Amino acid sequence: MIPLHYYLVVSALLFSIGTVGVLTRRNAIVIFMCVELMLNAVNLTFVAFSNFLGSLDGQIFVFFVMTVAAAEAAVGLALMIAFFKNRESIDVEEMNLLKL
Amino acid sequence: MLEYVWLIPFFPLVGVIINGLFGKKIRNEAFIGGLATAMVASSFVVSCGILIQLIGMEPEQRVFQKVLFTWIQAGTFKADIGFLVDPLSAIMIMVVTGVGSLIHLYSIGYMHGEEGFYRYFTYLNLFTFSMLLLVLGGNMLLMFVGWEGVGLCSYLLIGYYFHKKSAGDAGKKAFVMNRVGDFGFLIGLFTIFWWLGTNHNVWTINFVELKQASELLPFGGVVTFATLCFFLGATGKSAQIPLYTWLPDAMEGPTPVSALIHAATMVTAGVYMIGRMNFVFIKSPTTMLVIACTGAATALFAATIGMAQNDIKRVLAYSTVSQLGYMFLAMGVGAFTAGVFHLMTHAFFKACLFLGSGSVIHAMHHALHHGHLHDDPQDMRNMGGLRKKMPITFVTFLVSTIAISGIPPFSGFFSKDEILWQAFSNPYHGTANVVLWAIGTIAACLTAFYMFRLVFMTFCGECRINPKVKDHLHESPLVITIPLMVLGLLATFGGFIGIPKLLGDLFGGIPNRFELWLEPVFEKSTEYAGQYAHAGTHYGHSVEGGLMLLSVGVAALGIGIAYTLYIASPSIPQRFTARFPGLHQAVYNKWYVDELYDFLFVNPCKALGRFLWKGFDVLVVDGIVNGVAAVVRGFSGVLRYTQSGFVHNYAMTMALGVVVILAFYIFR
Amino acid sequence: METLFFFVVAAVAVISGLLVITCKNPINSALSLIMTFFCIATFYVMLNAPFMAAIQVIVYAGAIMVLIVFVIMLLNIRSEAGRRGAHTTLFGSALGIFGLIELLYFLAKGGLTGSRGGLDAKIIEQFGHTELIGRALFTQFLLPFEITSILLLVAIIGAVILAKKNI
Repeated sequence: MIPLHYYLVVSALLFSIGTVGVLTRRNAIVIFMCVELMLNAVNLTFVAFSNFLGSLDGQIFVFFVMTVAAAEAAVGLALMIAFFKNRESIDVEEMNLLKL
Repeated sequence: MLEYVWLIPFFPLVGVIINGLFGKKIRNEAFIGGLATAMVASSFVVSCGILIQLIGMEPEQRVFQKVLFTWIQAGTFKADIGFLVDPLSAIMIMVVTGVGSLIHLYSIGYMHGEEGFYRYFTYLNLFTFSMLLLVLGGNMLLMFVGWEGVGLCSYLLIGYYFHKKSAGDAGKKAFVMNRVGDFGFLIGLFTIFWWLGTNHNVWTINFVELKQASELLPFGGVVTFATLCFFLGATGKSAQIPLYTWLPDAMEGPTPVSALIHAATMVTAGVYMIGRMNFVFIKSPTTMLVIACTGAATALFAATIGMAQNDIKRVLAYSTVSQLGYMFLAMGVGAFTAGVFHLMTHAFFKACLFLGSGSVIHAMHHALHHGHLHDDPQDMRNMGGLRKKMPITFVTFLVSTIAISGIPPFSGFFSKDEILWQAFSNPYHGTANVVLWAIGTIAACLTAFYMFRLVFMTFCGECRINPKVKDHLHESPLVITIPLMVLGLLATFGGFIGIPKLLGDLFGGIPNRFELWLEPVFEKSTEYAGQYAHAGTHYGHSVEGGLMLLSVGVAALGIGIAYTLYIASPSIPQRFTARFPGLHQAVYNKWYVDELYDFLFVNPCKALGRFLWKGFDVLVVDGIVNGVAAVVRGFSGVLRYTQSGFVHNYAMTMALGVVVILAFYIFR
Repeated sequence: METLFFFVVAAVAVISGLLVITCKNPINSALSLIMTFFCIATFYVMLNAPFMAAIQVIVYAGAIMVLIVFVIMLLNIRSEAGRRGAHTTLFGSALGIFGLIELLYFLAKGGLTGSRGGLDAKIIEQFGHTELIGRALFTQFLLPFEITSILLLVAIIGAVILAKKNI
């Protein structure tokens, strides 16, 4: 039986890796993948807690997170295609339309 | 019929909405003018129905209140949109809608081809609506709404030719002076409401309830203050000393407007207001004396100015001020019935006079326009001999002039004589009575003089208009002359509803119907007056008859002087002017009252305004506002560099925030 | 034995996670991410959640990652031309590491509270994980579940609109 803390430490590591990736990379798709990594780290926490607390609720949450992630993937990738069509690039350094 | 009293103000409002919203698109003068006239005429029909129904009722029951809905309710304060029909308001709505519809009809002809025809009729209907609200309003606040509404319409219509600077200035002057008076009205309203509420827990502004509650008011004291405030409002609206100077300037508006607003209806609102609240005014002998003195002084003062004016409308304007002075004199001596009677007859003959002068101006204007001349069409020195050119106008004008001069049996005689008699015999003012009566009589003489001067200069003698255009002068169309004829008839026979008892007895016991009619309205004041008035001297019939003959005599004297000076030997006025240049100049320049007001009030106000503008507003207010803006701008100038627009920077900041908050939870 | 297996899988997960953020070529990042997802699926199995492991592989590693790889190839994205400024990388990494330290501090200091539910390996064995999840979804969580379908519908429409030729 693996202690709960082990899973949580792995999850924390993956989450931090995802955070660093989001903060340091410039390619929008890689950033997107890093976000997925962060989501998975959280999922892992949920399932771990669910198992150790003997309740299904955590896993249901994971189910919904996956659904949202799927929706996010669809919309996010469509956004990137649209952006790429305009700018010929998906470098986030180019995405400065927030400042007019 | 009484249930439908709300229709009376409603009809003109419909006219306002239709003409105001679509008039510019419609453009059809016959439709616009016809609609406006029809609306007021409909109100007149309803008013007639109400009057007939009132006549059919017992005198004590002739009070009817129709509450449409509650307008404002806040704590103990309650104001309804409700109308009050009683003998007084019945007379007023008859005058307003009757004279009003005639003047609307007249305006169709007079304003023909003017730019903004629809605007004129919209304002005129709006005025009628406001005036009806004023006279029908069942409480002081609703009356005040009408009061303000007529002031607004007066402003709009005086400034109708707004491209002329003088018209715009006149409008502003009227508006500002009315504001001064309105301030008094409001203070008076608050005082009565507050005093009755705090001292007797009667929180009301409704006239009927106030009439009941007037028992609780003391004689003098707070009532004097409140009524003086109300009277200030009346002086503003009704052009009495000291707030009369706007009315002569108001002649910049179109002539029918002068007839409707500045002669027949709006300017009498002050008289009506005093009549409506007679039970309050009578409780303050001081105020009554002030009103009587102000009225008498105005009557005389305005009459003197009227003698030396050359502008036909200005003469009539000063005459109006003077006649309003008579009405206030009547109010001040407790002769409310006589005041309202004079209000009514004055509405007839003064409206007729103004419309007649409008007819003359119309003809003059067209003739001068035809000859491409730029002479003033309103200056009487350019007129003369119009009698043959404009017979109908002349006859109606002459009839009205006789009426205003007080020659029996024309209407003005009955009302004016009643006022003078009451001024002489009333039980309130003691020895002041004789002075008031004397002033009134002198003013009556002057009235006859300047009115006949006007008639002689305009219609008699030889024609002084430029000979080139002499043949283009002709009588006005029927749409103009019909109202003249109707009003002329009214001015002639209107007085017969109020024949004084002395003459009535002489002709077989005809009662003074007008007095009987209004008796229920003024019953309270008669009751209160009995509580403090001195017994007074009781004068016999011989005195009354003598005074009546005397007043007719002075009127005849005035006419005689006018005939001598302007028909028989026209050189006398010039010699007189040459002899006393200072006096003539003073009278001609209206005793320099405008200049005095400029010096006393207008210029200091302007100086204060300029100081507040240049000193306070520009430096302090603008300084604060701009200072705040400058500080904000400085800070944002620094902070805007954090908004790089790059997603990364925002993500980084957010992550930093998360880390810092986590750290806070760990290390706190 | 089980602990050793756990450490191996955890090491693979972390290393491939690191590869995701260090590889210059997005394709390599994507493949590393798939590896990480498989590792997580393994953890799910170890945590008595076989259904979650299955959909982790099918939805994440299957559908989503295929979509991402597909887009990468469609857009023909070259490797990043140059690294971001060194200070950005440094600052971002420092933030991440500091956050990690904080998380670990929480794990070390924090205690677990709450009561155990009735679910254990025996019940899962008896009923089957899929049936348990299905029961929960279609009874207790029915409304969120139905709302999810609307969310997906919206996402589909949004994606179609965004990716249309001319917007």
